[in-house]
Amino acid sequence: MEWKFNNDTPIYQQIMEQIKAMIATGRLKAGDKLPSVRELAVEAGVNPNTMQKAMSELEREGLLCSRRTSGRFVAKNPEKANSLQEELMIECIKEFIESMKKLGYSAGDSINLVEKYWDADI
Amino acid sequence: MGNILECHNLTKKYGSKVALDNISLSINSGKITGLLGPNGSGKTTLIKIASGILSASEGEVMAGGNRIGVESKKIVSYLPERPYFSPGMKVSETIKFFKDFYSDFSEDAAAEMLKSLEIKMDARIRTLSKGNREKVQLVLVMSRKAKLYLLDEPMGGVDPAARDFILKTILMNYNEEAGVIISTHLISDVEKVLDDVIFIRNGKMILHESVDQIRSEKGKSVDALFREVFAC
Repeated sequence: MEWKFNNDTPIYQQIMEQIKAMIATGRLKAGDKLPSVRELAVEAGVNPNTMQKAMSELEREGLLCSRRTSGRFVAKNPEKANSLQEELMIECIKEFIESMKKLGYSAGDSINLVEKYWDADI
Repeated sequence: MGNILECHNLTKKYGSKVALDNISLSINSGKITGLLGPNGSGKTTLIKIASGILSASEGEVMAGGNRIGVESKKIVSYLPERPYFSPGMKVSETIKFFKDFYSDFSEDAAAEMLKSLEIKMDARIRTLSKGNREKVQLVLVMSRKAKLYLLDEPMGGVDPAARDFILKTILMNYNEEAGVIISTHLISDVEKVLDDVIFIRNGKMILHESVDQIRSEKGKSVDALFREVFAC
């Protein structure tokens, strides 16, 4: 897995978001086994306690589940995956709308521009 | 989790100069703590006192429940600012040295890490690059099953790739029963591996807080906060 972190929000939240994105986009599938906390921490270059905290929170939200002897898995929870995709989509749209507003475009213009450039190579 | 290091009203004077001024703090095991401050703020002095190389002028320091001394040194693994092995020694001899000195030293762990670095056992210290010398020293220090690791500027003067190796080594050797203190001013490099940070200025502790707390309350990185607090 690839990890990228910004400087503004707690690292454990960023880990949660990145795992959610992987589930929403299907890079992590229901039933997939995750590496151990230590392995993930080393891979991401973060504190093991931080990684642990992110995993526990994701479990609490029902996205991951752990079995005591065999490790931690992506939960079999298709509705949750759908709502995640929706969550991420809304984030994207929000960002897009804010940027377009800053540039002075109206809703109508923005929609036309999206259609115009949807399949274009830009 | 217990307190692996405790300082109560610790003061250190060099003649009339006050290097540490009435510092009280405790560090839990299982935590990686960054000791951050500008040059001359007292970081090295604090680490040297905790490792038993210097003695406090006033106050009390305990490591693993013991006052600093023979007992505390058994559980404290100290990485000095500069590697201290004689240039003529072979890598294998430095390993033997650590094995003689420390009963908690794992020769296998050290050998394995050196192998992954492609550092040869029969190489002499003088033939190693500066980065590799620092890595050898760190490998030895981290190959002890200590309760408290005191790392003084572990990434000083090495390139970014070597820094990554050093951080990875610290993370791979992490265990819940030990505490780790890393002194550094390369904050953006270490920030992600830290639980807590201590800011120290002119021998006074001005902040002891978790990294998560700083990021969520202030909405900025420790690096940004540091630049703000220590702006000159």
